Amino acid sequence: MEILVSILIGVMTASAVYLLLRARIFPVVLGLSLLGYAVNILLFASGRLQLDSAPLVEHGLAQLPDPLPQALVLTAIVIGFGMTAFLVVLALRALHELGDDRMDGGDRP
Amino acid sequence: MNHLVVLPVLIPLLAGALLLLTGRAGKTVERSIGLLATTAMLVTALALLFQVSTGELMVYYSGNWPAPYGIVLVADRLSALMLSLAALLALASLLYAISGEDRLGPRFHVLFQMQLLGINGAFLTGDLFNLFVFFEILLIASYALQLHGGGRARVRAALHIVVLNLLGSAIFLIAVGAIYAATGTLNLADLAAKVATASSGQTGLLRAGGLLLLVVFALKAALVPLGFWLPPAYAAASAPAAALFAIMTKVGVYAILRVHGLVFGPDAGATASLLSPWLLPIGLLTVLVATLGVLASRDLRRLLAHLVVLSAGTLVLTLGLDSEAATSAALYYALNSTLVGGGLFLLADLIARERGAARTRLDCEQAVARPALLGTLFFLGAIGVAGLPPLAGFAAKLYILQSAYLHTAASWVFSAILLSGLLVIVALSRAGSALFWRTGDTDGLRTPAGLLPAAATTLLLSGTAALMLGGGAVTAFTQATAAQLADRTAYIDAVMSNQAVVPPPQRKGGS
Repeated sequence: MEILVSILIGVMTASAVYLLLRARIFPVVLGLSLLGYAVNILLFASGRLQLDSAPLVEHGLAQLPDPLPQALVLTAIVIGFGMTAFLVVLALRALHELGDDRMDGGDRP
Repeated sequence: MNHLVVLPVLIPLLAGALLLLTGRAGKTVERSIGLLATTAMLVTALALLFQVSTGELMVYYSGNWPAPYGIVLVADRLSALMLSLAALLALASLLYAISGEDRLGPRFHVLFQMQLLGINGAFLTGDLFNLFVFFEILLIASYALQLHGGGRARVRAALHIVVLNLLGSAIFLIAVGAIYAATGTLNLADLAAKVATASSGQTGLLRAGGLLLLVVFALKAALVPLGFWLPPAYAAASAPAAALFAIMTKVGVYAILRVHGLVFGPDAGATASLLSPWLLPIGLLTVLVATLGVLASRDLRRLLAHLVVLSAGTLVLTLGLDSEAATSAALYYALNSTLVGGGLFLLADLIARERGAARTRLDCEQAVARPALLGTLFFLGAIGVAGLPPLAGFAAKLYILQSAYLHTAASWVFSAILLSGLLVIVALSRAGSALFWRTGDTDGLRTPAGLLPAAATTLLLSGTAALMLGGGAVTAFTQATAAQLADRTAYIDAVMSNQAVVPPPQRKGGS
């Protein structure tokens, strides 16, 4: 399972980096979202991957999951969501102001 | 538990919420709330500074949760010093803003308070993930403040900042994940204790996490090669926002000093002194690139933005010397460069207002309406930032050079600082002559702004003179701060002892 998850994170990050290096805003936004997912899974995995453990706390079960990464992921998701929304609005504003959807804003008049 | 520690976070939070509620009550109400909150912040920060000057570490356990389980806020000399600096800068920027700049866009005062919430929180927190959260608060407010007033240049710069910082946030989270996976804690004090005794199997993850954190903090501090977003952004931002941003690069440097100094310090086992091969070269390169930028600028605001990068580079260079004296010198330098940097941004806007269409361009011949006042202020600021006697910039550079004297890289540090100083003097005297002496076109003089903006600018710029006059007291304090930073055991003990946690009341009867 560790290998599968790490391959998943790796492929997502690689795709995200490819998208981030594109010249236009939309692929960059997609790339940032994808990177956000990859990072969230990574954070989640930092609390160790376990099978058959209780979702929260269960008496008598020796193996309990680590609750902290779950809290971290939740916070990271909320913040990432807000930031992506802001970026989309800003990209629209930039399209209006600059008349161009290129990342460098287009220095052409 | 002493609740004074949490006030610098609570005041802007409550003021920001209140400002949202009273959004329609008019500018006077908004301005009064903003000014009141910022003044209260300054008073709180100074009270904290007074309390911690005895050497006490004030730890605040949020929700009465003992460390390392809850989130702690820690006020030591460094935090209190940076809080006071931020509050002073914010008060002057706000005084400038209420003379009219806050009318350029909606919700300026809310964003301003939220920005302060993020900055104050980042200075106080004792938890790595909490630092991430405060960074995000600070950043999202700064995006909106950057956009304050609108326009092509601001939108373009903001787009770059947002994308870069979202990437930075992702890297921050990866670093947090790596460090958490290796140690199982994110409380800085607990982390410092655990990293020191980490097994060899965890070293790789810890090194990766620590260096990724450096990438994030270097992005915030605008160090080479991650700092090219800063000059166009700060040059485009409205004056009060740009002046407040003068402390943002220092937040990045503060984070390096706090996190890497505490967690990856010299006694951190296999990851000891993780950054020592990096800081000095990065600082040298940043100083070099920023100096070239200062020389190449054809606009005063662009020049000042490069000066902000230069001061961040000098700071990192000094911290790279890795000694208590150097840390103390860096702190003294940070105080001076932040105040003067912010003041010069306000001054540039005053100049731009009086020059009309020429704005702050250095290749236009256009007179200003009040050459005596603005020229004197520019002269004061230029001397303060370039490091000429008799102002504090000179003392700060002398102090840095003195602390570098016996270091093996002394020749590099000496040549970088002296050469950049010389070139900054050249650039600033060229800018000053272009602005105040090449005044071919005296038509179209704009009516000068009122006294309040000039007073706010003077307040910041006179900071450099005050730092020189009170130099003995200030350096004594920065020396004590550096000594406190070097004493990691005291920090760990103060946080982990949980002395200030209120014991739960005894329950009567069985459960």
